[in-house]
Amino acid sequence: MQFFIEVMVGGLLAGVMYSLVALGFVLIYKASGVFNFAQGALVLFAALTFVSIEKMGVPFWIALAITLGIMVLMGVAIERIVLRRLVNQPPISLFMATIGLSFFIEGLAQTVWGTEVHGLELGITDEPFDVMGVFISKFDLFAATLSGVLVAGLALFFQKTKLGRALRAVADDHQAALSVGIPLKHIWAIVWAVAGFVALVAGMLWGSRLGVQFALTLVVLKALPVLILGGFTSVPGAIVGGLIVGAGEKLAEVYLGPFIGGGIENWFPYMLALVFLLVRPEGLFGERHIERV
Amino acid sequence: MIYREAGQFKINYQSDSAILPIVQDRMFMIGLMVVSFLVIPVLGSDYFLAGILTPFLILSLAALGLNILTGYAGQLSLGSAAFMAVGAFATYNFMIRIPGIPLLLALVLGGLMAALVGILFGLPSLRIKGFYLAVATLAAQFFIEWALTKFGWFTNYSSSGVISAPEMQVFGIVIDSAAKKYLFTLAIVALLTLAAKNMVRSSLGRSWMAVRDMDVAAEVIGIPILKTKLLAFAISSFYCGIAGALWAFVLLGTVDPQAFDLHRSFQVLFMIIVGGVGSILGSYLGAAFIVLLPIVLNLIGQLFHGAISTQFLSNMEMMLFGGLIIFFLIVEPLGLARLWQIAKEKLRMWPFPH
Amino acid sequence: MNPHRKIGDVILKAENISLSFGGVKALTNISLDVREHEICAIIGPNGAGKSSMLNVINGVYHPQEGRVSYKGHVRDSMHAHEAARHGIARTFQNIALFKGMSVLDNIMTGRNLKMHTNFLQQALYWGATQREEIRHRRKVEEIIDFLQIENIRKTPVGRLPYGLQKRVELGRALAAEPTLLLLDEPMAGMNVEEKQDMCRFILDVNDEFGTTIVLIEHDMGVVMDISDRVIVLDYGKKIGDGSPEEVRANPDVIAAYLGTSH
Repeated sequence: MQFFIEVMVGGLLAGVMYSLVALGFVLIYKASGVFNFAQGALVLFAALTFVSIEKMGVPFWIALAITLGIMVLMGVAIERIVLRRLVNQPPISLFMATIGLSFFIEGLAQTVWGTEVHGLELGITDEPFDVMGVFISKFDLFAATLSGVLVAGLALFFQKTKLGRALRAVADDHQAALSVGIPLKHIWAIVWAVAGFVALVAGMLWGSRLGVQFALTLVVLKALPVLILGGFTSVPGAIVGGLIVGAGEKLAEVYLGPFIGGGIENWFPYMLALVFLLVRPEGLFGERHIERV
Repeated sequence: MIYREAGQFKINYQSDSAILPIVQDRMFMIGLMVVSFLVIPVLGSDYFLAGILTPFLILSLAALGLNILTGYAGQLSLGSAAFMAVGAFATYNFMIRIPGIPLLLALVLGGLMAALVGILFGLPSLRIKGFYLAVATLAAQFFIEWALTKFGWFTNYSSSGVISAPEMQVFGIVIDSAAKKYLFTLAIVALLTLAAKNMVRSSLGRSWMAVRDMDVAAEVIGIPILKTKLLAFAISSFYCGIAGALWAFVLLGTVDPQAFDLHRSFQVLFMIIVGGVGSILGSYLGAAFIVLLPIVLNLIGQLFHGAISTQFLSNMEMMLFGGLIIFFLIVEPLGLARLWQIAKEKLRMWPFPH
Repeated sequence: MNPHRKIGDVILKAENISLSFGGVKALTNISLDVREHEICAIIGPNGAGKSSMLNVINGVYHPQEGRVSYKGHVRDSMHAHEAARHGIARTFQNIALFKGMSVLDNIMTGRNLKMHTNFLQQALYWGATQREEIRHRRKVEEIIDFLQIENIRKTPVGRLPYGLQKRVELGRALAAEPTLLLLDEPMAGMNVEEKQDMCRFILDVNDEFGTTIVLIEHDMGVVMDISDRVIVLDYGKKIGDGSPEEVRANPDVIAAYLGTSH
C-alpha cells in the first residue's frame, strides 16, 4: 500500500509538470484558437537560451530576466510574422503551421546555442524526504508547488482581471470582441508573451530534471493527452488532466507494465485519452459545442 | 502556342471526364512513362536510381496515401509512419511464415493488414475531429512503434530487433539490381496512382471531399459518414502500408521499426503541405522536394569544402523545412501543385496573355 | 398559382415535437402535417424555431419529445442520411456547399445515393463505374440546364456570388430526385430579379416533378404568392396554420408580427 502511494504521489507530482506544458497550449488556444504544437520547441528554446547565457558568466536572475525578454520578443514575433497572416485559415492549417514553427525553432535553437547537452542546476537537491512514511522527491515537490502557484495565478488572472476578461471575450468570438473595442492584436501579443513565459518556467524545471537537450521538445508529446483529458480551453482542466496522466502512466507502468513488456509510458496516456475521447469528446472541462445549420 | 486547347472539342461526357482531357497533357504523360520505364533504367546511374528515384517514388506513394486521408477526406493524421511500419512488418511476416508465398501477394496482404489497423485507429473519427483526431492518430504512432519493438514475434525473435529483408522475386525474376528495384517500385507506384486518381474522380472521391468540406451537409445528402471516413482510413493506410513495405524491402533491405518513427510521419505530412493538399500531383512534387532538398543542401555544403559542419547543415535543413511549411501555408496553401497549375494556365495564354 | 396541381394526402406528419438545447427551448409541442405535392411555407420572427423544425424533419436534430413520420416510416430519432434515403433533400440557411469542389461535382454528390459501384470498381474506373458516371452526368446536366448554370459548371463554388451559390445548392438537392424538398430561406440576400428566378424554379420543380416543398422565407410577398399553405411559428410554438389568406387574417399572427403584447 505504501508503495502504491509512493508511485501515485510520484506520478501526481510529475503530472503537475505535464500540466505546466499543457498550460502553454491552453493559453494560446483560449485566446486565438490556435493549437500551438510549437510549445515544446519554445520550452527547449527557453531552457537552452537560459543555460547558454548563464554559462557566459551572467548571474542567475539576470540570465533569467534576459531569457524572459527574449521569450517575450519571440512570442510577439511569432504572432506578428506567422499567425497574423493566417487569421482566416481553417484551424487545421494553423495547427500545421505550428508544426512547421516547431521545426524552425528547434533548428534555430541548435544553430544558435549548439547541440550539446547542458546541465541546469536550480540549487534544489533531489533528495527524498519522508512524509508519514511515504518518500517524496524534494525536487518534485518544489516543481509541483511552483507549477501550482503559476497555474493558480493564471486562473485568477483569467477570471478576475479586466485583461483576463478581454482574453476570454477574444477566445469566444474575435469579431464580437473587436466590435466592443478590445484591441485584438495587443491581446494576442500578450498571450504569446505569457506563453513564452510559461515555456521558460517549464523549460527550467524540465531542463534541470532531464538536462537541457533536444529531448525537451518531446515533453510536448506528454502534454497532448493532458489537453485531451482536460479540454483545450480549461486551465483547471490542464491541471486535472496532468494529474490523471501523471498518476495513470506511473501506475500503469508499475502494475500493468510487467505483464505486457514494459515501456508503456509512451503510449499509455494516449490510449487513456483516446478511450476518454470516445466517452466525452469535449474533455473533462471543455465546452460542448452545438452545431448549428 | 504549343500548349493550347483551342480546337479540341469534347463531344461526349466520357471525353470530358477523362483524366487528362487536353491532348498535350496526354502526350506529355505518355512521354514521361516511356522515359521512366524504358530510358531511365538503362541510362540512370545506380546512385541516381537507388539513391534518388526509388526513395522519391516510395515517399510519393506514402504522401499519396496521406493525401487521400488528409487532403481528400479531411482527416488529419500524424501517424502515417505507423501504418507504413505495419505494412512492412506484415509483409515480412507473411513472407517468412508462409513459405513460397509470391512477393506480390505478400505485399498486398501486408497492405491489407495496414488497412485493417488503419480502420481500427480511424474508428474514433466518428466522434472526434480536427486536432483531437490528430492526437488520436499519435496514439497509433506510439502504440505500434512500441508493439513492434516489444513483441519478439513480429521480428521473428531476432536478437537485435533489426531484420534483413528476404530475397525478392517476381515471376521468377530476382529483384537485385538498382534498375530492377527501381522498375519494380515504379510499376507498383504507377498502378496505385492510377487507382487513386480513379477513386478521387468517382463517387467515392466526391464523398470524401463532401465530408471534408461540410460533414453535416454530406450526411443530409445521404453520404454515410462513418463508412466514408473508414474507407479513407483503410485505403490511405493500404497505400502507406505498401509504401512502408517497399521502403523496408526495396530501399533499406532491413525491416526496422526505427525507420518508421514520428519523424517519418511528419516528413510525409510536410510533403503534402509543400506539394499540395488534396492533389495527386502534389504528392509527387512534395516528395521530390523533400528528397532533393537535403541533397542540394549537401552539395552547397561541399562547395565550402567542409567549412560547414554536417550538424549545421542538418539544423539548417530543419529550419528550412519549418520555414517552408509556414511559407506555403501563408502564401500558397495549395502548395506546389497549385503553382504548377498557375504556370500551366499562363502557358495556355502564351505568347498572347490577353 | 397552378390550378391543375392536385394536392394529395398527408405524407409528412410531425407530432408533438419538443426540442431544447441545454435549458433553452427551441420548439414546444409542435404538430404539423404536410400534404403531397403541396408548397408549404413556415414563417415566423427570428428565433422562432423555423430552422430547428426543418432540422428535426430531416434528422439533423433529434427532438426530446414527439415523433416524425414520413410516408408511413415512423421514427422518433432518425439519422439524416436515412431521411435522405427516404427521399428528403434540403438546402441550408447559410449555404452548405462543398467549397473545394466544382459546381458539377457538388451536384453530382447529390446523386451519391443512386450510385452503387463499390470502391474497387471505382479504382478500376473502366466498365461499370464509367457507365454509371456518364449516366448520372446526363441527369446532372439536365438539372444544370434547368437552373441555367451551364457556363459555371466547372467553376469551384467558392468563387461564385451568393445568389448563384443558392442556385447550385438547390441543384444539389434536386439531383437526389427528392419527394420532399426542404428549403431554408432560399431567397435570403437576393435582389428582386434573383428572387423571381428562384420563385420560378421552385414552382417549376413543384409543377414538373410533383415534389412536395416545405420552405422557410421572410419575404411575405413571396410566401403569399407561391405557398398553398402557411405555418406560423413564434417562440417555438405554432400560432397559425392555414391558407395564405387565413393566416393573414389570424389575429395571433398579426400580433406576433406587429409586436403586440402576448
